[in-house]
Amino acid sequence: MANSRQESGFQIRRIWSDERARSALFQILVVLGLALLVAFFVANTMANLQARGMEPGFGFLQDPAFFEINQNLIEYASTSTFGRALVVGLLNTLLVSAAGIISATVIGFLAGVFRLSNNWLVGRLIGVYVEFTRNVPVLLQIIFWWSILTGLPKVADSLSIGNSLFLNNRGVRMPAPILENGFGWVALAFLLGVFASYLVGRWARRRHMATGQPFPMLWVGLGLVVLPPLLLFVALGQPLDWDIPEKTRFNFRGGFNITPELVALWWALTTYTGAFISEIVRAGILSVSKGQSEAAHALGLRPGLTMRKIIIPQAMRVIIPPLTSQYLNLTKNSSLAIAIGYQDLVSIGNTVLNQSGQAIEVVGIWMVVYLSLSLGTSAFMNWYNSHIALVER
Amino acid sequence: MTSSPFFRQPNDMLPERAPPVAMSGIIGWLRANLFSGWLNTGLTLFALYALWLIIPGLLNWAFFDADFAGTDRFACTGTGACWAWFDQRIDQFLYGFYPDEQTWRVNLALFLILPALAPILFDKMPGAKQLRWFSLAFPFVATFLLIGGFGLEEVPTNKFGGFMLNVTVGLAGIVLSLPIGIVLALGRRSKMPIVRTLSVAFIEVFRGVPLITLLFVAAILLPIFLPSSFSLDLVVRVIVVVTAFASAYMAEVIRGGLQAIPRGQYEAAQALGLGYWRMMGLIILPQALKISIPGIVNTFIGLFKDTTLVIVIGLFDVLNIGRTMISNPDWLGLAVETQVFISLFFFVVCFSMSRYSVYLEQRLDTSKH
Amino acid sequence: MKSVKYLAAAIVAAATIGGASISHAATLDDVRAAGALKCGINTGLPGFAYTDDSGNWTGFDAAFCRAVAAAVFGDGNKVQFVNLTGANRFPALASGEIDLLSRNTTWTFSRDVDLAFTFVGVNYYDGQGFIGRKSLGVKSAKELDGASVCIQTGTTTELNLADFFRVNNIKFEPVPIETNEEARVAYLADRCDVYTTDASGLAATKTTFENADAHMVFPEIISKEPLGPLVRQGDDQWADVARWTLNVLINAEEYGVTQANVAEMAKGTNNPEINRMLGSEGSLGEMLGLQKDWAANVIKAVGNYGEIFDRFLGPNTALALDRGQNALYTKGGLLYAPPMR
Repeated sequence: MANSRQESGFQIRRIWSDERARSALFQILVVLGLALLVAFFVANTMANLQARGMEPGFGFLQDPAFFEINQNLIEYASTSTFGRALVVGLLNTLLVSAAGIISATVIGFLAGVFRLSNNWLVGRLIGVYVEFTRNVPVLLQIIFWWSILTGLPKVADSLSIGNSLFLNNRGVRMPAPILENGFGWVALAFLLGVFASYLVGRWARRRHMATGQPFPMLWVGLGLVVLPPLLLFVALGQPLDWDIPEKTRFNFRGGFNITPELVALWWALTTYTGAFISEIVRAGILSVSKGQSEAAHALGLRPGLTMRKIIIPQAMRVIIPPLTSQYLNLTKNSSLAIAIGYQDLVSIGNTVLNQSGQAIEVVGIWMVVYLSLSLGTSAFMNWYNSHIALVER
Repeated sequence: MTSSPFFRQPNDMLPERAPPVAMSGIIGWLRANLFSGWLNTGLTLFALYALWLIIPGLLNWAFFDADFAGTDRFACTGTGACWAWFDQRIDQFLYGFYPDEQTWRVNLALFLILPALAPILFDKMPGAKQLRWFSLAFPFVATFLLIGGFGLEEVPTNKFGGFMLNVTVGLAGIVLSLPIGIVLALGRRSKMPIVRTLSVAFIEVFRGVPLITLLFVAAILLPIFLPSSFSLDLVVRVIVVVTAFASAYMAEVIRGGLQAIPRGQYEAAQALGLGYWRMMGLIILPQALKISIPGIVNTFIGLFKDTTLVIVIGLFDVLNIGRTMISNPDWLGLAVETQVFISLFFFVVCFSMSRYSVYLEQRLDTSKH
Repeated sequence: MKSVKYLAAAIVAAATIGGASISHAATLDDVRAAGALKCGINTGLPGFAYTDDSGNWTGFDAAFCRAVAAAVFGDGNKVQFVNLTGANRFPALASGEIDLLSRNTTWTFSRDVDLAFTFVGVNYYDGQGFIGRKSLGVKSAKELDGASVCIQTGTTTELNLADFFRVNNIKFEPVPIETNEEARVAYLADRCDVYTTDASGLAATKTTFENADAHMVFPEIISKEPLGPLVRQGDDQWADVARWTLNVLINAEEYGVTQANVAEMAKGTNNPEINRMLGSEGSLGEMLGLQKDWAANVIKAVGNYGEIFDRFLGPNTALALDRGQNALYTKGGLLYAPPMR
């Protein structure tokens, strides 16, 4: 009898004391709780949608949009569908994010390196720039730059370069290329040239490592990329025409326009993210031990060469991970376009949401798109990080 | 032939000479730092020129030619900035539409932040243990002061505005996200696969979407997700969403703090027979949180700057109050002055907080070694 | 385990649906219980919704909120104003955050039918127009081919604009903006050539210009924009309260009842219409679920339609709008309220 009681007590206690059983029970409870919560929200949502007479579903994406978009990279008219409008918005987001990432990196690296220069005045001024832009909300900065850009001359008084590039407070209007037959071959030649120069570069670097002989890679590479397409271009009879903007009563017509909203958003994001990147670069450079630069100087390398060949490659290990999160922040901050009227994904999504009433679907699309962008950028940066990781002895 | 070695006599010594002028003192410093090469010289001259262009004009506009008093913009007759609105409208900037007679409650709540934070940041101060109970009770005290009820006049949340709204949303978000962030950070390090997956999913989702989309969720979707007989104020919904957003960032900061604790601490605690929660609560988390404080302050600075985004859903934070003011015919066209004022305010607050966090980081670093 | 999960989910779902379906509780009782009317207005539109110097919201739309509050509570100050942008005005009403939306909203088919709201009437007959600088030398909106147009996103004006240009075979460049204030800034900076919105909005914006004479409103009115207050569908009693408050305002002007003389007239007059309206005869208030003197309270709080119009939009204000279509039918306008009988 004592045995059997001990056995049954042992069973029950085991659920509590055995870590595996306890964790399994806990996880089951968590899943159950989550399921109840989700069921609660779904039930409410269905009830509310029914009360308001709204139908969930993505069919509304086929309905005509009936509103215009002023900066579109693909064809769009007011009779295009909601789905197409959202794609235009997505392309605008990608445009400003990609351009912003590139320029912010350039500005960030320059500012980070120059802050460490031994020119006291330049270092302090860059410090003032960094501290100021880091501590003022980015929305204020976007609005500030937009106000400056709308202070440019009016259309009637546009500044012009060569009568084909016009600058006014409605944007920069430049000639747009019209690609004619045969330009495809030129583009192909260009791509082949890039690929060829990459291959030649690899061969030259290997030869340099093995024998020490330098190779004029810069000129050869430039030649490979520029000459064949240029020759082909001339040979095919210059298959490129330009759509020159001409002044009509109110605006310029033709050509390609870059709106001040795009420029303001891009520049504000560049200076804002550039300040954070400069701090990351500065920390990265400072993390490389001083012995490295002293040894480089002892070998006779000039400061510029030292920075390029010795310091920065080692600093990159420390710089890349926080750089990734800055790139993601820039992409997410581009959604502030809605505040100045640049029609990116959030701005167009807001219009679609208002006109169609399908709030849940539009917000779902936003989430999915931004999450994919974040995951994609992180994946690429992780690959790059492992690619440049220094192999230590 | 031998000659005697030469000894210089003590009073034959050459007098000491001053170091070369061009190498020391102020000129030496200038040469080394500002004019040490063609590039540097060029940069210095360019920078000086740019400063000479900007600074006098800026000072003139902001101070010397500016008008400081008046009841509407027509009182500003000078060429400089018009600060006359400051006197008239500063209350709206600070408190939004909060009733004038009740603003003492907002002031009191703001002032009480100091004794609430002090025992957490300075754990050696006298009376820290007792004050910590106050820190725990502070969120409820502050809510009571701001919203009212039980004897204080009730102020509906749609009257919150101006800086008060920014500070309320920011602080509430950070304070409420701390426990949730701790749970998420622990969950991310947990060995239970479901808990870990859920924590990672929550953190990645809320870190991967822009805050604006979450604000739209708060304004438009949350009422759909909740039963229609249960309605929350917009400010409360925004705080909910901002809390979720901040918890994801907070979880990452605390995860960094947890990773910095040496494994020996975990093992020693387990050797002493402490269970998981005891170990976390008594040994690990106090150390991890102390290390994470600079990160937490940085997250708060970022969140505080992001509170200006509520303008997109129609809340009257300080930026929106500025906009509304300049659409009033009395104060037309003063966009620059209001923007400068708001930027300066954010700069001062955020810069001081970031300096403080740098100071904390250095102090925590040295105290470890 | 999975079956347990699904069973639990189903139970909770059923319970919640059951609970949520009693959402159409009487709004009038809810408003009374809350002690104040939650009313949605614009975030800032001169003449219609703006703050006075003490920070109180006032204006043509805000006055209607006060009228309904006076009808329910007898006191026009028992209003909680909720400022709403174009984006969240409808979700706020649908979710119960507000009980009445008085935000210069156009009465359209899709809003009435698709979004499940009930418009309680029209308190301002408007139309969409354009405002532009006289220096453009343009006499009609049809000459605006290639122009930049400032337009508020998510509104019916956006759709009407695209339709107008498409039908007339001309093109325009949109400059999207979120609020009236942004539009004003962009238009004055010459970021856009013209600004389009309801004609009343154009007049309101024009008052904020330094040199208002340099700008003109083009003759074309390209759409019908009947602006009116709205409530949620499904609560007929509440809709009646709002609808008949509006009718009281219009009828009061027709019968000559003003804020000044309503106290006198409430005692009894020769006109049975006035007596029934103000409560000295009949029991109209009780039929609505309100007190006897509900209409008298309304007029006492805000005045009749004409007085409200004059106070916020009339010739003595900066907007200086003509009654035009908004005059009584007896004066050639469109305002015709059903009789109080």
